[in-house]
Amino acid sequence: MSGLLSPRAWNKIWTYRGTFLLGFANTLKTALVALMIALVLGIVFGLMATSGKKVLKTISRIYVEVIQNTPILLQMCFLYYALAFSGHSPGIIVTGFLALGIYTGAYMAEVIRAGIESVPKGQFEAAQAQGFGYAERMFYIIIPQSIKVILPPMTNVIVNMIKNTSCLYIVGGADLLSLTYSFVTGENTGGSYAPAYIVCGVIFFLICFPLSTFASMWESSLKKRDSKVFQNGRPKEA
Amino acid sequence: MSTLGNSLSMLKDPAIIKFILQGVLFTMIISVAAVLFSIAIGTVLALMRNYCVSKKSRIFKAASAIYIEMFRNTPLLFWIFICVVFCPTPGFVDKQMFGLSSVNNKLLFKAAVALILYTSGVIAEIVRGGLNSVAPGQIEAGHSQGFSMLQIMWYIVLPQTFKSIVPTLLSQVITTIKDSSFLANVAVIELMARTKQVLSAANRYNGLNSINVSDVFVLFGLAAAIYFVINFSISMTVRNLQKGGVVNNG
Repeated sequence: MSGLLSPRAWNKIWTYRGTFLLGFANTLKTALVALMIALVLGIVFGLMATSGKKVLKTISRIYVEVIQNTPILLQMCFLYYALAFSGHSPGIIVTGFLALGIYTGAYMAEVIRAGIESVPKGQFEAAQAQGFGYAERMFYIIIPQSIKVILPPMTNVIVNMIKNTSCLYIVGGADLLSLTYSFVTGENTGGSYAPAYIVCGVIFFLICFPLSTFASMWESSLKKRDSKVFQNGRPKEA
Repeated sequence: MSTLGNSLSMLKDPAIIKFILQGVLFTMIISVAAVLFSIAIGTVLALMRNYCVSKKSRIFKAASAIYIEMFRNTPLLFWIFICVVFCPTPGFVDKQMFGLSSVNNKLLFKAAVALILYTSGVIAEIVRGGLNSVAPGQIEAGHSQGFSMLQIMWYIVLPQTFKSIVPTLLSQVITTIKDSSFLANVAVIELMARTKQVLSAANRYNGLNSINVSDVFVLFGLAAAIYFVINFSISMTVRNLQKGGVVNNG
């Protein structure tokens, strides 16, 4: 733990604070753009999985299984090298957007599918009986009921995505962790391992901890409320 | 894609196939070992966080909560980098074995420690979910039979807990197999790292003196297929278990 208490090492961090801010900005940017891509993919494939049409269901299943059963690192390397060796290198950050977005999209699709499937079948049939079209049915009846089931696990998916921005390191990344690593191993800046890693870890923790705490608190309050509602063996409202 | 034939010819090279299959073996050994160690550590953490509530033992609950939240909210790669610098290595790993150099063996040990530390935080939360699903009456019943707290945990609570979390633990094996690819960032040991290394030397093996996009597809395609077959078969097992569980309970 050399340098943990040395003022010189901490001074160095302060002098090069721009490196950490840049890494933080890159991580945040990657996470936000990837989140947008993931949400779009997740909604499209989640709706496909619950559409009841066999072809759409199969396509969605294949996407989810292939992406969830291979490592993100492999997907990122594949994307990066395939584009680079065919002469259309999009740059590290854009590779990050795409790879993270596609990877997280598969998890989003599963979360959204589970949320929609948690709504009792009678609700779909009732909506149809009332003459609602597909979009109206989803928008007015199904989504409002499933959103509380969807949001807590979705927050966990987002936390994992923020942690996964560190995967950019393998393609020569520009995210917070990669920049911290090149900072501590750099020729001019190197050496202050402990302070640099503490700063980097604290930043990650400060972003992720509120999100994951919120998710688990919401989840347990949902469980409590459900067990109250269903105490007598049937829903209160019914 | 006119170079596809040359790329595929790499897969006929027994040296390359052996190199990659060894990587698969290392991936499996690292992941299974990490999960087993993590179950041991995670169970202790979960018990501490759930049951150390008296005034005297509250510090254990706090320590366990800090550990779990710390590791759950920071990236695995972060801990790998830290362990590579700070983790001490015992003497027995500092030599050539398993066909790895002593440098790689030390890195393997350090990275495996990071993977265990990280995974045990996740598994602690899984075990806690299982503990919470055991009815409180079970513990009271144990007390009334004159069991000590330790006996209650060992004979009554933990068996029920583990029975209920087997599917979640198996899913965690999938996650750990995927996470073990992070070791590729620091050492050439497991499947991901070896695939990447073969790619960087592909010009020597494909007979074309250059690395082409078809090499990327063939090599990473092979690695992806291997990961997929392993993980998909585990996830099918999980699904069968869950289906079987529903029937048993019903």
